[in-house]
Amino acid sequence: MLIGISLISFFIMQLAPGDITSNEAAFNPKASEESRQKLRELYNLDKPVIVQYGLWLKRISQLDFGNSFSSHQRPVLWQTKDKNGNITKGLIQEALPITLLINLLGIFIIFSISIVLGTLASVRQNTWVDRSITLFVFVGFAIPGFWLALLLMYWTGVVNQWLPISGLHSPGYLGLSEFDQILDLLKHLILPVLISCLSGLAGISLYVRNGMLEVLNQDFITTARAKGINEKKVVFVHALKNAILPLITIVGLSIPGLIGGSVIAESIFAIPGMGKLFYDAVLMRDFPVIMGILTIGSFLTLIGNLLADLGYAWADPRVRKGLVR
Amino acid sequence: MVNNKIIFFLPIISFFLLISCSKESDQIIDYKDNYLTEEGGEIINAMIGEPSNLVAMIAGDSASSAIAANIFNTLIKYDENLNHAPELASQWIISDDQKTITFKLKENLFWADGTPLTSDDVLFTWRLVTDPNTRTPYASDYLLVKDAQTPNKQTFTVTYEQNYAPALDTWASLQILPKHVLKDEDINNTFFSRKPTGSGYYQLDQWINGQQVTLKRNKNSTQGQALIEKLTSRIIPDTSSQFLELIADNIDLMNINPIQYQRVFPSREDLKQKIGLYKELGNGYTYLGFNLKQAPFNDPKVRQAMNYAINKEEIIKGVLLGLGEAIASPYKPGTRWNNESLSPYPYDPSKALALLKEAGYERNPAGILVKDGKPFEFEILTNQNKQREMTAVLVQRRLKEIGIDVKIRVLEWASFINRFIKTGDFKAVVLGWSLSLDPDQFNIWHSSQQGPGQFNFVGYENPRVDELLELGRRELDNDKREEIYHEFSKLLLEDSPIVYLYAGYGLSAINKRVQGIKKPAPPAGIYQNSYEWFIPQSLRRNELAVQ
Repeated sequence: MLIGISLISFFIMQLAPGDITSNEAAFNPKASEESRQKLRELYNLDKPVIVQYGLWLKRISQLDFGNSFSSHQRPVLWQTKDKNGNITKGLIQEALPITLLINLLGIFIIFSISIVLGTLASVRQNTWVDRSITLFVFVGFAIPGFWLALLLMYWTGVVNQWLPISGLHSPGYLGLSEFDQILDLLKHLILPVLISCLSGLAGISLYVRNGMLEVLNQDFITTARAKGINEKKVVFVHALKNAILPLITIVGLSIPGLIGGSVIAESIFAIPGMGKLFYDAVLMRDFPVIMGILTIGSFLTLIGNLLADLGYAWADPRVRKGLVR
Repeated sequence: MVNNKIIFFLPIISFFLLISCSKESDQIIDYKDNYLTEEGGEIINAMIGEPSNLVAMIAGDSASSAIAANIFNTLIKYDENLNHAPELASQWIISDDQKTITFKLKENLFWADGTPLTSDDVLFTWRLVTDPNTRTPYASDYLLVKDAQTPNKQTFTVTYEQNYAPALDTWASLQILPKHVLKDEDINNTFFSRKPTGSGYYQLDQWINGQQVTLKRNKNSTQGQALIEKLTSRIIPDTSSQFLELIADNIDLMNINPIQYQRVFPSREDLKQKIGLYKELGNGYTYLGFNLKQAPFNDPKVRQAMNYAINKEEIIKGVLLGLGEAIASPYKPGTRWNNESLSPYPYDPSKALALLKEAGYERNPAGILVKDGKPFEFEILTNQNKQREMTAVLVQRRLKEIGIDVKIRVLEWASFINRFIKTGDFKAVVLGWSLSLDPDQFNIWHSSQQGPGQFNFVGYENPRVDELLELGRRELDNDKREEIYHEFSKLLLEDSPIVYLYAGYGLSAINKRVQGIKKPAPPAGIYQNSYEWFIPQSLRRNELAVQ
């Protein structure tokens, strides 16, 4: 599976015109075509595509993702140490944790708010509560993120100076205590996480709302109510449990999305994450980085699907029975 | 129902509140005219991209060169009037046959780690840049050196096969690297590029990947001491975010765009009060280039007609909000290479039509220019660059008026270069050239430079221009060179292989806490004397939690 994915991505990548040498110093009259040809040879870019793929596969089989073609030559995946003990960090190694942190926080917030909003909307179906929640999540979905981001940055950062505007750390953060460093980081993350959540709320909360409505009309809820269990327990214990089962699939499907950042949000907030890394690599035709991210992405997609299936089986006895049989 | 309405309007109201809130200025600093120079302080600027590699000969990006220029030195430099001036070399002597240049290094030069800097380092750097295994795109200029010698620790001589006038310019751009650190390293992949030992005003203090690069003063600087203690460059890819950081006082310096310069600042007293604006002519120009190998642009009359039909003043007003100049030669106005007697083609549509008529084009009843039954139409290609796109639209409009149907196509850079420029598969392009300070433009205009990937991609051929370009490369006497390049500019303007559209100003916004900036900018630009800038104690930013 992985080999198939990597083969396809490798060939699609080669279809795009140009390579790294056409981007670095491309229109600088001081850089001659002979020098660029020399560079092409040094990177094996003059070889046929299939040979390049073979070379790549050979390295990848030893878990060597290679170095970036770009002039910083940093390792794609993990840090390397030179003979003097200097450590060069890998590109994905540095970008992934930041993106993961933002997306995990985002997913956590999306799900917690969506479950509350969805439940509330379904219990108060067709009242003003329901309608205003629907309106709110759709407005959030429809607002262009970059525009809202800039407004919020202006309001919280320039006008009121409550929050930092961009970046991940304040200037003197290395002098802070560990606790303050974390606080500083969280402060920088408030806006990016908020913006990334806003568009996700609509889908999930409507899922929960509709799931709840379906469950609330089922016989066992009527039975529960007939038994005289109080309404809170009916809604939160009996109904909600069943209504959020489908969300497990969504969580599973969103695992690959966890490692893909958003180019726009990362650019606006000056966050060095995966989205910007991938985007820049594509523009620069930095093949090792593109391939590294795609391979890891497809690997995580496969893992995500597996986990979603397993999670479903764990949560839903009906599915589990099917597995055992 | 009442509730419904309130809920509906709430988000909208809150947005208006959000926009209309404006902070009462908490403190107005009264800036004096004269501050005493003081050492220390920190200046924070913003850059769009992260530097890739602090060894400039390997790096291809502008962020890297900008940072490396603070860390390393070249043998000679350009002074504020763009004349050659001593940097590491105290003097340079050109032999009578003009083939050998002898550089005398200054006395007592040291690297940041205290090791003496000698001619061995210079020779080492030259060997490095010409080494076939070095991944540099810049080797060709240095490969012209036939022989390089170090008669003693203070002297470095180079001998060229043929006399080569741009030689001094090439030695003003080659940053000298330390032999004692690099002699056993692979320059293509060395930790040195992330932790360099230099000789310039600053040395690397801290580099947080993807976030910021901080430089601090180099106590062993070969050029004396700069005044500001720390230079921090924050990496903020989005210029709107940079601007917010600037007005929130979190950064001191950024490049701004014409809208910010002409529209935002004039309407904001509070910003004008604390941020100074600077403009200077940049080192580049934007042009409309033609494919001279194909009809219709193989006819000089058609190209001249285009030049008359395009209103450059309108483009400068519309795209740059007036912050640019029309040019008539491919040199920076105000420098000696610029031929002052030339002036740009004026906007004159009737003259354009007359020229097109001579070239065989007639307007049909619908007002469309037609030759041999075929309407005059072509496509302008450009890359994803807002200013160039807007420029192309204005060109399109003016050409439509005289009956030419122009289409515009915007392309991603790598596809543009490889699919269209290298293959010669285009009729017209809107692109820009940035220029070095040496007048030599052999690579761009000589008829021998038309191969795929070479820079005369428009296919310009003029025997006299070829001759002049060859002469200009061999002539080391600046007065004679001036004559050569003035004639070259004149021929180029007449042949009109490209239409010069504009040379835009570089615009900077700098917080007024930074003092000592020359205004108006000298020909070399405001950054030329940045080592003399200073930040008075009373204006310094409260440094956060420095323990």
